[in-house]
Amino acid sequence: MRRWTPTDLQTLIDSLLADGIRVLGPRVGDAAILYDEIDTLPIGCGDEQAPGYYRLTARHDQSRFGYNLGPSTWKQFLFPPEEAIFRVQDGEFISCREQPEKMAFIGVRACELAAVSIQDRVFMGDFTDPGYASRRENLLLIAVNCSQASGNCFCASTGDGPAVGVGADLILTEVRPEDPYYLVEAQTEAGQWMIAAVGGPVAAPEEIDARDEVIAATRQQMQREFATEGIADALLSALDHPHWDVVAERCLACGNCTQVCPTCFCSTTREHVNPVSLDVTHMRGWDSCFTADHSYLSGGVVRQSVKSRYRQWLTHKLAGWDQQFGLSGCTGCGRCISWCPVGIDLTEEVAEIRRPL
Amino acid sequence: MKDPLLPQGVEIQSWQQESELVFTFQVEPPEGYGTFRAGQFNMLYLPGIGESAISISGDPADRNHLTHTVRAVGTVTRALRGLRPPARIGLRGPFGRGWPLAAAEGRELLLMAGGIGLAPLRPVLFQALAAPERYRRVTLLLGARSPEELLYAEQLLRWKSDAGLQLLATVDAASAEWRGDVGVITDLVQRAGINPQQTVAMVCGPEIMLRFSARRLRELGVASDAIHVSLERHMQCATGFCGHCQLGPYFLCKDGPVFAYPDVEHYLMTQEF
Repeated sequence: MRRWTPTDLQTLIDSLLADGIRVLGPRVGDAAILYDEIDTLPIGCGDEQAPGYYRLTARHDQSRFGYNLGPSTWKQFLFPPEEAIFRVQDGEFISCREQPEKMAFIGVRACELAAVSIQDRVFMGDFTDPGYASRRENLLLIAVNCSQASGNCFCASTGDGPAVGVGADLILTEVRPEDPYYLVEAQTEAGQWMIAAVGGPVAAPEEIDARDEVIAATRQQMQREFATEGIADALLSALDHPHWDVVAERCLACGNCTQVCPTCFCSTTREHVNPVSLDVTHMRGWDSCFTADHSYLSGGVVRQSVKSRYRQWLTHKLAGWDQQFGLSGCTGCGRCISWCPVGIDLTEEVAEIRRPL
Repeated sequence: MKDPLLPQGVEIQSWQQESELVFTFQVEPPEGYGTFRAGQFNMLYLPGIGESAISISGDPADRNHLTHTVRAVGTVTRALRGLRPPARIGLRGPFGRGWPLAAAEGRELLLMAGGIGLAPLRPVLFQALAAPERYRRVTLLLGARSPEELLYAEQLLRWKSDAGLQLLATVDAASAEWRGDVGVITDLVQRAGINPQQTVAMVCGPEIMLRFSARRLRELGVASDAIHVSLERHMQCATGFCGHCQLGPYFLCKDGPVFAYPDVEHYLMTQEF
């Protein structure tokens, strides 16, 4: 384990950029923390979150990771909101899958790392999506242990956080936000290479305690609880529960929850026709199970009601997923709670649906 | 890396009208296609229009043609209806789990098809009637809206007279010349005189027909897990990526479209699921 200063952290970003790597991380924009191309980290930024509520706050300190999750997810870089799959030119089918650029994600939280590994199972399972797989192969993951929990976090309940699990190249822990330093651990060879590029002193053995205290304090701060045991069977045997109707009265079927979810993977296709050359490009873009089109069949729309669409989303995420991929589709990030315009809280809805009638 | 979403170009070899909206056409299998199993489907693509999942309705032993029978009801299928040889389309496949023909060996094979639902079952007939010694009997119960909409009529009659197929058909409505049954397909089950304990059933048609057929078969004593159904949802990618064809924990495109009925009954019985 190394001990870095904020300047060391900046050195890491600079050296990645100097190597021609696309560095993606948090920046402030649209009154939120967004993931975007960056060359430095925001300082002293915090947030406040509750159902249907997200506000940036000033922390008046020097922290680089003193906030939780904004509406962005890393999904947008590995599984882009819209991408060309193939094109048709003079009757030939030509792949649009490109050689990917190298990317580094900085500031990946425990729940987000778990979400990436979930999407790995979706796109590199029975079938492999070559675009996703090659982007994934060319990726550096620089994770950070959360030093605070938002009002909507529940990763401790899902078992995905707050401590960063396996899969990251480098794990940072921010200690002492008023004058921060960073404990840095490499999990992979690429991580060791990044440490070598920056240097910095080896951390004293008791710094392991400092790291664990940060994680323990975050866990302590996490108020929201979510009973996950037996949830798949409980939901699939409650498809006729009257509470679905109660949620449907509030749900706008807007699809915000699916757009901010780091694991939602539904997509649809579109044909782009060049009106001059008549060349066609077959596009794929994010879709949402909250649209009517999602369940369209020649016989009509299967899921007409808002109730049936909310039920589809929740039962897929928390039940179907288990059987499809061997784990839940929820990592406790709480984004769907923050960004729901009417503040629907899946942890509460599930508790209602699991309540015996 | 092979891209499961990239179609290969194929040429339409033949095209034939079956009824007002239904047609059958054949394409050459693309390079490296291999073979398909009865009940599997291909993704057919028309540039600028889109893709559609279409079951393969031909003989699995025929390595020179891929046959599709299509009802023109959507954007892609309506456009397909206007194509004639030697038009080119995109194709990828085969996808999905087919019918469990091996499970029916040594037993009675009962096929029940409603309308275009006969298309994904015809490969079973090709295969089973080519090896009749493997089955105690092969029965096809057929339902259609009208006599004009009964698919593959000549071939089925030939199979009935030459290959030992037991064939019973019924229609919803008919003119005076129709000498067969009028009514629902479930009424034919009793008349087929099957031995329920010995029967493996394969059913394809509208969802309501699947539910009532399964109920009728069980009433007669056919074991629940000997009833297999082929389901339909919007299969857009065929690889489990797009999420559209989900039914509970299943992706119809790769876990189905054929399921043992008890595995899907709970979901089929839930409205709007």
